[in-house]
Amino acid sequence: MATTDVGLRESAGRTARVPVVNNMSIQVATVNGSGSQSSNSVLLRSIFQMGIPVSGKNLFPSNIAGLPTWFTIRANKDGYVARKKETDLLVAMNGETARDDVMSMTPGAAVLYDEPLNLSSLRNDLIFYSVPYDKLVAPVCPEAKLRKLVKNMIYVGVVAQLLNIDMAEVEKALRKQFAKKVKAANLNFAAAQAGFDYAAASLTKNDPYRLERMDKTRGKIIIDGNSASALGCVFAGCTLLSWYPITPSSSLAESMIEYLKRFRIGPDGKATFAVVQAEDELAAIGMVLGAGWAGARSMTTTSGPGISLMGEFAGLSYYAEIPAVVWDIQRVGPSTGLPTRTSQGDVLSTAFLSHGDTQHLMLFPSSPRECFEMGMEAFNLAEQFQTLVFVMSDLDLGMNNWMSEPFTYPEAPIERGKVLSKEDLTRLGRFSRYEDVDGDGIPYRTLPGTEHPAAAYFTRGSGHNAAANYSERPEDYEKNMERLRKKFDHARSFVPAPVVETMPNAEIGIIAFGSSHWALIESRDQLRDESKLATDYLRVRAYPFAHEIADFVRAHKRVYVVEQNRDAQLFSLLKLDLDGDLVPKLRSVARLDGLPIDARSVTDEIVSMEGK
Amino acid sequence: MATTPAAPKSNRLGLSVLDYRGGKSTLCAGCGHNAISERIIDALYEMGVQPERVAKLSGIGCSSKSPAYFLGRAHSFNAVHGRMPSVATGAVLANRSLMALGVSGDGDTASIGLGQFMHLMRRNLPLIYIIEDNGVYGLTKGQFSATADIGSKLKTGVINELPAIDTCELAISMGATFVGRSFSGDKRQLHAMLKAAIAHHGTVMLDVVSPCVTFNDHEGSTKSYKYMKDHDEPLQEINFIPVFEDIAVEYDPGTTMEVTMHDGSRLRLRKLEEDYDPTDKIRAITRLNEAKKDGDMLTGVLYVNTQAPTFLDMLNITDQPLATLPASVVRPGREILEQVMEELR
Repeated sequence: MATTDVGLRESAGRTARVPVVNNMSIQVATVNGSGSQSSNSVLLRSIFQMGIPVSGKNLFPSNIAGLPTWFTIRANKDGYVARKKETDLLVAMNGETARDDVMSMTPGAAVLYDEPLNLSSLRNDLIFYSVPYDKLVAPVCPEAKLRKLVKNMIYVGVVAQLLNIDMAEVEKALRKQFAKKVKAANLNFAAAQAGFDYAAASLTKNDPYRLERMDKTRGKIIIDGNSASALGCVFAGCTLLSWYPITPSSSLAESMIEYLKRFRIGPDGKATFAVVQAEDELAAIGMVLGAGWAGARSMTTTSGPGISLMGEFAGLSYYAEIPAVVWDIQRVGPSTGLPTRTSQGDVLSTAFLSHGDTQHLMLFPSSPRECFEMGMEAFNLAEQFQTLVFVMSDLDLGMNNWMSEPFTYPEAPIERGKVLSKEDLTRLGRFSRYEDVDGDGIPYRTLPGTEHPAAAYFTRGSGHNAAANYSERPEDYEKNMERLRKKFDHARSFVPAPVVETMPNAEIGIIAFGSSHWALIESRDQLRDESKLATDYLRVRAYPFAHEIADFVRAHKRVYVVEQNRDAQLFSLLKLDLDGDLVPKLRSVARLDGLPIDARSVTDEIVSMEGK
Repeated sequence: MATTPAAPKSNRLGLSVLDYRGGKSTLCAGCGHNAISERIIDALYEMGVQPERVAKLSGIGCSSKSPAYFLGRAHSFNAVHGRMPSVATGAVLANRSLMALGVSGDGDTASIGLGQFMHLMRRNLPLIYIIEDNGVYGLTKGQFSATADIGSKLKTGVINELPAIDTCELAISMGATFVGRSFSGDKRQLHAMLKAAIAHHGTVMLDVVSPCVTFNDHEGSTKSYKYMKDHDEPLQEINFIPVFEDIAVEYDPGTTMEVTMHDGSRLRLRKLEEDYDPTDKIRAITRLNEAKKDGDMLTGVLYVNTQAPTFLDMLNITDQPLATLPASVVRPGREILEQVMEELR
């Protein structure tokens, strides 16, 4: 019996007769905890293996099991991997959200639904495919309690058949996914095959979407940002990780623990690292600073609420000049906010985290590859500048799977900064902890345990003079704070420089950072192709801002600052930093709804502000 | 009688006691904390601890300022209020060859820092944690702390109505492996206890009642010099024989208990309370509660366990300090990255 319902309106503009090849987005709507993660990963990887640029984003609730969750997969021949606003194919597995999901589709899109949901009557401008999952799963999965999980693999087969995904690639992806669990892999492949066979026999393709082999993913890897960050820190020689579980940063710590166990056990069978799951974020940053003070490359990883808790220690690090690295995998605030949704909302509060005049170095990775590289840069900067370095990732970058160029082995040496050894002290004869010997604002330090009578100094967050002695003298305080400012300014030339991409005759500039990058590259093409608006683009990679940023603003008539928060945080930081005559050139495109930023929204807003 | 010229006073490292001194104290004259600093200096000197090998750590408060007043040749870290345990943990993990000496107060430990304190105790990190316990906040001018006893009276006449937090009881419950209580005025007991603490491998927690002469040494206070002299109930007479002093002295096992420390030093406890066994955790907690009921201040070695694994053992950390491991050890090779990349393709 054919169960295909066709409700395509000619006026919808999308018909099966004009195929749309390698340009589509799939949204899978399931229930949290139903095991759909494996199915979605297999689907993603199968497309990747066909050489088609692809991305996957998990839009999940703050819940263990039972609440709705969505997974979007975007395949795009031009390499656009940002979230696409519209869904082309909905896989509706969740009765609770199915109605809303269907109602939000754009006309002409396709819906694959679980037969009992009976969705085809909801709209007549969509293409519907019905699949009797329960009937299909029973023969392939005799064990009733596994059926709920295996059911999800059936849609992989159905989608593969409808979109022309090679089942050999599905099997390869599946075997990789289940690695050594051969039995599970066999069971799941049988389910996928059952879905494929059902679709071949019973569904009539009426949508225009097709996938065809390309050669755009050769040599590339698929990795989430948090794993990439973890790997970067392992190769940076990090020796202490102290952390407190918090979404979306926990997977960074957990991934790092895995890598450390694999690659950082010495020939004596002992660990060349220490990992502590601390009692809270205050203890996590405390341990990290204790270790940084004692000379270890130490780090923690957290998200907004943890950053708030670390405020007092952050000020101590700044003022007592203790190196350490903090990863902030940003999520939506304020307060608990939307814990499983992405944001760039900690930029302003982190820049000045703590009381008094405090400033912190921040790095903004935009891809897994940069997560990896900035892991190393963060530690080098922290030790060179004897201060905290915050690496501002986010949930979208950190927890989602991204296609990436493979990482290259770090050629740069591990920079331990200005640390005086016993021999240095013997040669110099004296040591003054906070003296600006080199004129760059960066003092010399010694490590506890350095066996020289002149090595010791007293570290304190209270007022101190160049010799690290307690002091409340106005001139000591002011001099020290001026030196700290100088040190911070000096960092402008050492932090990762911005990346600039240009178009001929562009008068408009765009500034963005972090994971917004992917929407931006697509949006710029839309602006050029649809609105004849050429733009140059500067991607900020660090704070304090490199000098190139002012030059970029100066060189353009108007500069749009795009970011994923309500309050235009990067825009505000730029206003504080730039010369007054440049500030009027800045325009803010700041928005946040919890979903990763999409190109269309950016394009529409810039077009509207340009009066086009 | 022939006199021999006095040998120049030095310890086994050839250092004089002056090498263990610090800056001039800025605490009040007569403050118990100054006496504790003196005992720390003596103990480190007599034990022949290399000053540069010590890391001093503290939180915030009068007590936490005191590391500036001893051992000037050791690095010191005056951290934030109540958070010394975490900073100390990081420092010890980064460099296991350091001897960590933490100095805290009753406010820093039992109020703002209670969480970190308890978690430090349960990790059995090699560290000596001293509470200079006076029952009040000195730097903020005399508010009660959480170790103040019920009924204790402030100078202003305010009476404490909340039960005291017993830091020793907590430390024992949580997993500290050397727990003692002493009094800044008991020079002999504190001195011996500190030397044993230096020999111990694991977390040492010493609660030292240290009267605040400015805000809490009056009639009605249970942390005054007078109150301590009247209620001090020592459990043992403590003798410590360091491993490098090869002295064989007979003792009566009926009246004296000997504990062999991790480094081979011996801790001799002449029992003043016949049935007290400091290796019995449950008995220790019960006895503390009995004493509390009777209004006595039990002092001495309350609990000792020389066998428990430390946090360093649990983490299986390499013998070299993590802080100074060379790049060749901490950066995996090129082939490792290639292997990971291949897995991700």
